[in-house]
Amino acid sequence: MKLEKSQTAQHIIEKISATASKVGFISDTVLSNALLQIENVGIPNNKHEDYKYCNIDSILKKEFKNIEQNFINVTAINEYKIKDTITLVVVNGNYSEALSDKIILKGLQVHSFANIDSSANKLISTIADVQKDVFIAMNTAFCSNGFYLKIQKGEKLKMPIHIIYISGSETEALVNSRNFIELEEQSEATIIEEQILIGQGKVFTNFLSEKFISKNAKLNSTLFQNEGHLGYSVNTNQIKQEQDSQYHNHTITLSGQLVRNNHNVLLAGQNSEANLNGLFYSKENQIIDNHTLMDHQAPHCESNELYKGIIKDKSTGVFNGKIFVRKDAQKTNAYQSSKNILLSDDASIYAKPQLEIYANDVKCSHGTSTGKIDEKALFYLNTRGIGKESAKKLLLRSFAQEIINKIEPESLKEKITLFFEKNL
Amino acid sequence: MISIKNLHASVNGKKILNGINLEIKAGEIHAIMGPNGSGKSTLSSVLAGHPDYEVTEGEIIFNGKNLLELEAENRAREGLFLAFQYPVEIPGVSNINFLKTAINEIREYNGLEQMAAKDFLAMVKEKQKLVELDGKLTNRSVNEGFSGGEKKRNEIFQLAMLEPKLAILDETDSGLDIDALKIVANGVNMLKNKNNAFIVITHYQRLLDYIIPDFVHVLYNGKIVKSGTKEMALELEAKGYDEVKKEFDFKK
Ligand SMILES: Nc1ncnc2c1ncn2[C@@H]1O[C@H](COP(=O)(O)OP(=O)(O)OP(=O)(O)O)[C@@H](O)[C@H]1O
Ligand SMILES: [Mg+2]
Repeated sequence: MKLEKSQTAQHIIEKISATASKVGFISDTVLSNALLQIENVGIPNNKHEDYKYCNIDSILKKEFKNIEQNFINVTAINEYKIKDTITLVVVNGNYSEALSDKIILKGLQVHSFANIDSSANKLISTIADVQKDVFIAMNTAFCSNGFYLKIQKGEKLKMPIHIIYISGSETEALVNSRNFIELEEQSEATIIEEQILIGQGKVFTNFLSEKFISKNAKLNSTLFQNEGHLGYSVNTNQIKQEQDSQYHNHTITLSGQLVRNNHNVLLAGQNSEANLNGLFYSKENQIIDNHTLMDHQAPHCESNELYKGIIKDKSTGVFNGKIFVRKDAQKTNAYQSSKNILLSDDASIYAKPQLEIYANDVKCSHGTSTGKIDEKALFYLNTRGIGKESAKKLLLRSFAQEIINKIEPESLKEKITLFFEKNL
Repeated sequence: MISIKNLHASVNGKKILNGINLEIKAGEIHAIMGPNGSGKSTLSSVLAGHPDYEVTEGEIIFNGKNLLELEAENRAREGLFLAFQYPVEIPGVSNINFLKTAINEIREYNGLEQMAAKDFLAMVKEKQKLVELDGKLTNRSVNEGFSGGEKKRNEIFQLAMLEPKLAILDETDSGLDIDALKIVANGVNMLKNKNNAFIVITHYQRLLDYIIPDFVHVLYNGKIVKSGTKEMALELEAKGYDEVKKEFDFKK
């Protein structure tokens, strides 16, 4: 069993180590730990509790037999830009200074990993622990030349930052994309991360973002995923919050053959707040798997999670929300809710809350609901002259709106609404 | 306007309508009364095209068209409207957006252009006034959190907006206070003209003081067992359905 798993990992290592950039921003100890972890754990299959519904081992074996890193060289990204935002571009995992905006915004610093100073260097890999998940380990061992982004102390960014992760290959390829985002004390930023896939080849992306939100800082972020049927990805968002900080995230997944999101938030300082809103729409035989972890380590923190899924055709949706309330995290408020609509009898949803509470003075609640489209409402709309298809759209739109309405800025909300409508 | 002949219908394998015959001409108001469970709402659902109801026999001709061949949305587009006994709440869909979609789909079906936004808003204002519907309600989600009476009034507001040829009011009066009842009745009277028709289903003669019917029918056991003029409603109010029931059960 173990041998078999290691073989997939071994195969990948052989294929990608040749093209992985040898940037020295990860210490030798961390690196050897990471390699050891890959060796020991291997790529998870469905026997692995956390990857029960997305057997990545078998998907890699089946869909990525012929990995050839034939990447497409991206030269234009204008069509993806969002007005009144600063565009940063990452191509096949590598930060592209050439394609990114030159605009110098007060309080904003961006460097590729190859160009960071030692203080920034020290931060990398401090939030994402290679022991925790094999994809963190894999990314740590083989990541490309991603970027480090810092919002300086006390600065409130005047414009949202739009990070475009664009990948593409004409053959099967693997990308290990990584970044580190730091909000220094009392800073504020709105960050949009968008994942785009081009080309005719399947691409497996192992994405890792570490985000450090310092004291009194506030991050509003959106992750917009729409990679289509050639996109396979495991995306780890590893967040650490200090006291009095705020983190608002919207994770919108409109397509992807396999999308696994590991969204892990560590509330390390008191009085901090985290809000995770998710909307996913799977179709055909896609798998969209959202795993969240809200780790309350400090007292007086609040977390809210609302994930909504629309699951169509033979696709699979997963929402697995873990909440830990550690023994020191008194006066915690933690709420979680997952709501899903199944659009066909062949669609599946696995929604599971997992609460582990070790403090005694806390308020926690969770709920999940799954239903079909409301037939009564549908008929009511039909009797007003609204056709079957548009009635269904009206109901799905209203279901999604609760999440989409929270997205900032307005221009992004419009973009996502447009893509969502196109999908319906 | 509509001609219903020997209509038999069942739902979930249960036979509910047992041969209904009804002729309605433009400009007429027909009241349908009858004990609970006699099939009044079932008749409404069948007319509106609810997919769960199966017509096993009979025919319905609506303005020259075979109604039973039309999907619910096309019946509405042809000019049929049902004010529900229990209006449905649709969270997240705003009343305004819902009505705009409805009107434009009806117009498209009838070969008309989309309604200009400003004309639409003017119409909303005008019709709101007609049924004295609080402006705040039109901005909210369809019926969500509306009180019983507000829901009924919203049905009449939609009726006013969609201007159907045939409107069926299924117990629109139940749950309304006396003032609201007058407003709704007044709305119907203002909308009434020589080109449209109404079927008013009610348990109470009271409503018929305000909306004067040309004919009154009694539905019992899925059949129209008695028809008459508005005086019959008064009689029924006084005597109840016992006599009707006895007569019918005896015949059977
Ligand atoms: N979907 C259904 N499944 C099973 N039985 C049904 C269904 N719909 C209606 N019925 C039955 O059909 C009969 C007629 O119901 P209907 O709602 O038409 O009566 P009604 O005349 O409108 O009564 P009320 O005055 O109480 O509104 C009742 O016995 C009811 O239980
Ligand atoms: Mg009824």
